[in-house]
Formats: sequence, structure tokens, C-alpha cells
Amino acid sequence: MKDAIKPFIVFLGLLILWHTLVIVFDMPDYILPGPGAVAQSMVENASLLWEHTLVTLSEMLMGLFLGVLMGIILALILVYFTALRPWLLPPLLITQAIPVFALAPILMLWFGYGMTSKVVMTILVIFFPVVTCCYDGLRHTHQGWLDMAQTMGGNRFAILRNIRWPAALPALASGLRVAVVVAPIGAVVGEWVGSSAGLGYLMLQANARLWVDQMFAALTVLAFCSVTLYYTTDRLLRRLIPWQPETSQE
Amino acid sequence: MFDVIIRDASLRFKNHCVFENLNLILKGGKWTCLLGGSGVGKTCLLRLIAGLPAGETTGEILCQDGFPVSHRIAWMAQQDLLLPWFSVLENITLGQRLRRSFTDIVKRHPLIPPEVEDQAMSILEKVGLTEKARVLPQHLSGGQRQRAALARTLMENRPLVLMDEPFGALDAITRLNLQDLACELLENRTVLLITHDPLEALRLGHDVYHLRGYPARLTDAITPPGKTPRSLEDNGIMMLQGKLLDRLRHESFDEKPVKGEQ
Repeated sequence: MKDAIKPFIVFLGLLILWHTLVIVFDMPDYILPGPGAVAQSMVENASLLWEHTLVTLSEMLMGLFLGVLMGIILALILVYFTALRPWLLPPLLITQAIPVFALAPILMLWFGYGMTSKVVMTILVIFFPVVTCCYDGLRHTHQGWLDMAQTMGGNRFAILRNIRWPAALPALASGLRVAVVVAPIGAVVGEWVGSSAGLGYLMLQANARLWVDQMFAALTVLAFCSVTLYYTTDRLLRRLIPWQPETSQE
Repeated sequence: MFDVIIRDASLRFKNHCVFENLNLILKGGKWTCLLGGSGVGKTCLLRLIAGLPAGETTGEILCQDGFPVSHRIAWMAQQDLLLPWFSVLENITLGQRLRRSFTDIVKRHPLIPPEVEDQAMSILEKVGLTEKARVLPQHLSGGQRQRAALARTLMENRPLVLMDEPFGALDAITRLNLQDLACELLENRTVLLITHDPLEALRLGHDVYHLRGYPARLTDAITPPGKTPRSLEDNGIMMLQGKLLDRLRHESFDEKPVKGEQ
């Protein structure tokens, strides 16, 4: 069976499980609407959902792009400017020690209710896995490769470009996979705290009006976006890093 | 071809002295082989000559012609060290990539200029890998990978070649074939070969040394007779191998010298 079909089978299985739960426990619509009701809500509110999905997706993608870029730059600084390492690591850890939920109101205050605060929130959520994975990859380059490069008279930049960077890519790819999965957390939390658009905002509005089916519709779209983003990234990374060792194949 | 002189070389890790006041001459255009047990300091000596980090070191590495030894070394390790993201051709021209100047990058000069590619292809032909030039190393066998590593060493075109057990991980037949190939292609270069295998040292070496003891010292050189690569049917070589094997098994300082030692 082709790997591409498997997620759809899982999705179908979850739908059946959901439907069964609703029937078996006789769930009222205001607690857990069935997949049919949610699908109907999705169709009825298609344009509304699309509009808000575009907002959340833009926040996620912008946050991902900037977060990954900044994460890579910081990892390079940590590897190449060892004197700065003790000064940079504590603030990096502090950004992770404080829950993003606690930071959200402050970010709203600083960056306003527009897209910026959600992008910053997304950056905060994905920054750490990207930095740590990239940093780990860069500092664990095979010593033999570095020795050989030194005897060949390679300069630091050439060694980074041709050896250290490609060697770090599999580790960075792991960080990216985590980043694309957690990116929606940053965007949606930001929207919950204060916004006028986005799937998080839509969920909050639907919740206040007890439109539970619309809430679940927004949630389903969000889950679909996350899963699609993950598989697209994974496929892209596999194609870009064909030498990445994979030893779990049967 | 110039001799390389290692004078009063010492190496220690904190309180542990690996070797001290070690003197060795690598004769120009000849193969010098260094035998010794694990952990005796063979690779450390090689790293010291190559200018690679290796504990606290002292001593001088001089070339007979007065020029420094740096930038005149090609390094071949036990592992092939092929970069998995580059094709075989890109791997063997790695030195050229790493030495590209800032101007080359700004002016967008090709990564592998046509003349370099021609040279690389001619070397690949010599090692029998023409067909594999464009494939990634993961598609090569162990022997092919080591031949690619040899091609990369040749591509560097350096007068001094340092080899750290380059054939150690290969099966017996592939190893013999690669020894012959390396001997042919590295003719007239000054080679220091580190090996665990006395037969390999005796087949390829013009001078064979044994590094042993704590702190390690070099024995007098064994100079096997005949042209390299020496035949396995040479009884003298096989006898020397037996004696060297015996000595490696019972390493101590008070043994009698092996016949042939100077």
C-alpha cells in the first residue's frame, strides 16, 4: 500500500470512531456534534472558513519562515562565536521557560492586535526546536571530515558551506518537522488572546455563541492544515536530503 | 623529492606521555610504514605531522628543502570520508571546492572548472570508477569507496601522503588489489602508511618501523628487499611477516631484533 494513502485511511478511521462515540454515548450537539453536522457546517461556512484559514496560515507560514531563519542564524552564532555562547544560552532558555500563554497578553500590548503579535508568538514557539536541532547538527560534524578539510587547506566559510552545513541538515530537518507541527499553537493562542480574524478567533466567536459545530469545523480545518504542512515538509525534506540515513525500513 | 624529518617529537595527554623525543626520517619518494598495537600513538604521530590537533605536542616537522610541511600533505584515513551529499566526482574535487577564493564565488566561477573535471575523470579512470563519477557514495561498495578516497588523495597532488590504515576495513582480496593500485599510483611520492598488518607494511614499505612501548619508541627500520609491491610468494617476506606478527603479539623492549633491521 502506498504511504500517501495511509494518512487518509487514518483520517477515515478517526471519523468512524468519532461518529461511533457520538452514537454510543448519545452525545448532544452542544457537547460533541457528529462528523456529519460538522461537515454540513463546513459546507455552509466554506467562504468564512477559507477567509479565516488564510489569515491563520499566513501567520503560521510567516512565523515559520522568520523563526527558522532566526533559529539557523543563532545556531551558527553559537557554533562559531564560542565566547558568546554563555551569554546567549540563558536568554534562549528563558524564552522557553515562560509559557507562551503567559507571554501572549504582553505581546498583544507590544505588537498590537494585528498579524505581528501572532507571528512573534509563532516564532517563540518554533524557535527553540530549530535552534537546538541545528546547533546539535552543526557541532556534531564527523571529526574525520573536518580533519580532511583542514589538510586540504579549506577556509572556515568553505568548510561550513560544503561540510558542516550539509552534515547538519538531517538534524535541522528534525527541528523543522517539530516546528511545523507546533507552529499552529503560537498562531492560535495569539488569536485567542486578541484578534479580529483567524481560525482561533473564529473558534472563540463560535464558542461564545454555542455554535459548537462551527467550532469543530474550524478545529478540523486547523488539524487538516497542520497535517498537510507536516507531510509536505517531510516529503520536501526527504527529497532535499536524499543521503539522510533511514535504518528503520524493513 | 625531499625527505621529511621529524625531530624530537613528543606528545602527551595531561599526565600520560604517549611518546617523547621521537625521531624519524621519511625518505623522499619512498614508502615508510609504521606498525604498532592499538593505542600506542601511531595515529597521533600522523596527526602531529599533518598539523592536526593531537594533545600537547612539541618537536619539529621539517622538509629537507626548507619549506614548511603544511599545504604539502594529502590525508587518507581508515574511513573513506566520502561526503554522502556529493557525487564521486564532487568528492574527489572537494579540495578545489574548499580552496575556492572569495573572488571565485563572487565572479561565479564554476565549482569544477573543465580542466579540473578532465583531470578528475582521468584519475577516476585509473582507479576504475569512470562509470561511477556521477553517483552518490551510498551506491558504492566498500572497495569502490576506498578507491574513490584514493582518487581524492591523488587529486590533491601533494608530495607527502599520510595514510592511516586506509585498507584496514576491506576484505583480503580487495585489500591486496588496492595495495597494488596505491603502490602504482603513489609512486615517487613520500608516503607514511600506518597499519596493523605486517604483511601490508612488508609488501609496500621501503622502510618499516615498529612503534611500541609506553612511552612509545621506534625500533630500527626493517628494509625488506625487492621492488614494491612485493609478491606474496616471496619466502623472505613471509618469514619477516611471521617474525613481526610474533613480535606484535608479545610486545616488549628486550626482544631480539628481527633479521633485516638496520
